[in-house]
Amino acid sequence: MAGFDKRVSSYEEAMEGIEDGMTVLAGGFGLCGIPENLIGEIKRRGVKDLTVVSNNCGVDGFGLGLLLEKRQVSRIYASYVGENALFEQQMLDEEIEVVLTPQGTLAEKMRAGGAGIPAFYTATGYGTPIGEGKEVREFNGRHYILEEAITGDFAIVKGWKADRYGNVMYRHTAQNFNPLAATAGRITVVEVEEIVEPGEMDPSQIHTPGIYVDRIIQGDFEKRIEKRTVRS
Amino acid sequence: MALTREQMAQRVARELEDGFYVNLGIGIPTLVANYIPDGIDVMLQSENGLLGMGRFPTEEELDPDMINAGKQTVTARPGAAIFSSAESFAMIRGGHVDLTVLGAFEVDQHGNIASWMIPGKLIKGMGGAMDLVAGAENIICTMTHASKHGESKLLEKCELPLTGAGCINRVLTDLAYLEIKDGAFILKERAPGVSVEEIKEKTAGKLIVPDHVPEMRFD
Repeated sequence: MAGFDKRVSSYEEAMEGIEDGMTVLAGGFGLCGIPENLIGEIKRRGVKDLTVVSNNCGVDGFGLGLLLEKRQVSRIYASYVGENALFEQQMLDEEIEVVLTPQGTLAEKMRAGGAGIPAFYTATGYGTPIGEGKEVREFNGRHYILEEAITGDFAIVKGWKADRYGNVMYRHTAQNFNPLAATAGRITVVEVEEIVEPGEMDPSQIHTPGIYVDRIIQGDFEKRIEKRTVRS
Repeated sequence: MALTREQMAQRVARELEDGFYVNLGIGIPTLVANYIPDGIDVMLQSENGLLGMGRFPTEEELDPDMINAGKQTVTARPGAAIFSSAESFAMIRGGHVDLTVLGAFEVDQHGNIASWMIPGKLIKGMGGAMDLVAGAENIICTMTHASKHGESKLLEKCELPLTGAGCINRVLTDLAYLEIKDGAFILKERAPGVSVEEIKEKTAGKLIVPDHVPEMRFD
């Protein structure tokens, strides 16, 4: 890593500096667009007591489910945590604290965190258990609750293509939370399918400009499908 | 006879208008996509970041990077757009979606909805439901009118933790189509062969019954 060349040559180098107790923001929706190898490296390192911010938490044996298996996560912010039996057990046993967060609020928390906005008002969750204890303000006759932004020590992101400057494009709906997480990590690590030469990607088609990105690595991906649905 | 799930989807589909952007929830709402009337073009919004959801893929089209909010593999139709989760919820929260259809455990006569949590049972999370009900002007809730034990799910006041407050204005159950207005359910239509008496009996909240309540018709 030197100057604008953000490429690193190993996953070990990609996650250098991660420690117990840190907050990790992860891209992905279900198993689509998850940084599967970066998760694998966190598992390999065995760091513990992590706070994970991710829409979902993987499935048994894949994605963030791997970190749950090794009891590396003590708190998770997520909008939906079904499809994971081990996770359910850890939640019931109170081994893990779950902060259920409406999906749009979770996305906006990351977006705001990356944009230097400490908090925002939203109608989502007003009058529900999610709004309890939060500041309420009325604008134009409607009630809104104050939600605080989220930032992370690390953001782990899965992209499609990147150049060495850290400019990233995502593919199809594997975009999801990835560009948001990318903006809100103190150290943002992006793993991609292909590193291309600068200029190969049209600058106006870049989803995540390199200014947000600290490390880039090219990897191989399983891309497991959660619900394979085809028409005959 | 109570409506089947397919008939419920068919009835909801009649509320679609040409040019509508529509978000369909999991379950019966998803089936609505099978009954879009001829001559009507709608764009289906999937909250994971897809506007213009197409059909399920063929084996050849199958792509792990193309899924819907139910995590099923899908395709994008011509005219579709793909974007981030923040953009997706900007369109939802900003009131740009013309119609939202979603399921519920309970609704009440004040338009409150409970759909995400049953205390004492496992909690899986609200996903995008709280954002959808807070952001949409036009929501149809699909649900069974009463539980298997005959307990009404159309209440004076929701008992379960809320998904949203005062946000539901239309409900389609297996027995009836109702509007919610000024603190009451207004009975607009009844399922074929279902009597007003039965609907009254199975509605715990305040119910207003007009002089004439037409029966739904299905081909």
